[in-house]
Amino acid sequence: MSQAAARGAAEAAARRSYGKLVAWLAGRARDIAAAEDALADAFATALAVWPDRGVPDSPEAWLLTAARRNLSKRVRHAGVRKAAEPALALLSAERAEDPAGPLPDRRLELLFVCAHPAIDPAAHTPLMLQTVLGLDAASIASAFLVSPAAMGQRLSRAKAKIRDARIAFARPAPEDIRPRLEAVLEAIYAAYTAGLDEWLGGDTRRGDLAGEALFLGRLLADALPDEPEPSGLLSLMLHVEARRAARRDAAGAYVPLDAQDVARWDRAAIVEAEAALGRAARAGRPGRFQTEAAIQSFHVARRVGAAADWSALDALYEALFALAPTMAAAVGRAAARLNAGDFAGAIVLLDALPDAREAYQPYWAVRAAALDAAGDRAGARAAYTRAAGLSGDPAVRATLLARL
Amino acid sequence: MEYCILFYETAASVAQRDDPAKAPAYWGAWGAYLETVRESGLMRGGSGLQPPATGTSVRMKAGKRHVQDGPLIDAKEQLGGFIILEAPDLDTALAWAARSPAAADAGVEVRPALPPMS
Repeated sequence: MSQAAARGAAEAAARRSYGKLVAWLAGRARDIAAAEDALADAFATALAVWPDRGVPDSPEAWLLTAARRNLSKRVRHAGVRKAAEPALALLSAERAEDPAGPLPDRRLELLFVCAHPAIDPAAHTPLMLQTVLGLDAASIASAFLVSPAAMGQRLSRAKAKIRDARIAFARPAPEDIRPRLEAVLEAIYAAYTAGLDEWLGGDTRRGDLAGEALFLGRLLADALPDEPEPSGLLSLMLHVEARRAARRDAAGAYVPLDAQDVARWDRAAIVEAEAALGRAARAGRPGRFQTEAAIQSFHVARRVGAAADWSALDALYEALFALAPTMAAAVGRAAARLNAGDFAGAIVLLDALPDAREAYQPYWAVRAAALDAAGDRAGARAAYTRAAGLSGDPAVRATLLARL
Repeated sequence: MEYCILFYETAASVAQRDDPAKAPAYWGAWGAYLETVRESGLMRGGSGLQPPATGTSVRMKAGKRHVQDGPLIDAKEQLGGFIILEAPDLDTALAWAARSPAAADAGVEVRPALPPMS
């Protein structure tokens, strides 16, 4: 067997099972960094051994065994340290209960470990992206626009904290789930949007990250049927997913929602999204993701011919802003008013925003369109300029400059 | 803290400056960006640069002056200009760097400036 074929098999196994393997190993060692190192060494061994011996029937099981061996070797080397003893005991005690069948999925447990309140909140999402979805520090740093060195430090501090504080690798008790749930939902959504951006940008090196995030979203919604927000998030992601293909035309240019070909939307995904939203609504506990999903649902209904009740959309944005008072929610609400023809109402909302709006690109884009509609050409030109100046995307920038 | 933000461009981008079909879009993008940085109140200075070929370099070697036409270091990525930004942290400076037209071109480097010598 060739080196290339071995590499291909190892990469396929990594794509398929990296998160599952790390979750399983980290749960055993209670140490994420050690689990990742052991797995990385196992991959290196696989690349050295598979070309001669062939790819094993179950690459996943082979990698797990090799990584476990590395892990216990490492723990034994550090055996003089008292701190290592519990991990060593755990490893030998649980060797007996090695998974015989398919590897159990412990990724949800790992997600909740990463969202533990003892960990720096700024590290929650990056940590989940790295450990559960296998993104490297550089990609995560790019998604958050911080330096890779700083991101690497933040991640290793968080992992050390998990190890040293001996944070339990178990599904948290029901009363502990809710405080951590928001961070878990945020991370899954961040992974989804990062994957979507990559895909829209034509970058498919890492396989389908958006699909992975969707899978985790389904897993979470199934695991916590009494919590409405996981279903809300699933509904939101499915709505966005349904329109994925329609967002690019044949030449690869961006197609805004109102210009999309409805026939290219994925109907099955929309049906599933609506069902998830319906399930969530039955709990009678509205939340940010349910509301965002409802906004998506409104636009779908509007595009497939239902009469648009713009006041309903306004109410949804008002609810969203009450739940999560972000600049995005406020500007979204202004955009909805503008869509409904109420440019004066849009400008009133925009004028009321705090100073942080100055560096928020969508604020200027919506403000420009509202001033344009109000007949204030000079004000619109200045706002289009600011919107273009804040946009890093050449296609968006060109569209805005064309309106000057 | 002051950061020097160095904008790098490809030769093709620099050529847009004088191409009647492409110059409006090129200058429009830079004009909008620089206007927006100025509005932020963080800009402390900076300048666009004429193409590398217009540069002249001088080096002293063994007591002898060597003058050459063109840039000191030839590279695919050309330094097209720079700004000095007063930013509270690297993340803020990176955010402004990412918005520049050069970010989607050859790239942008953010370098913390040394504190002034006293």
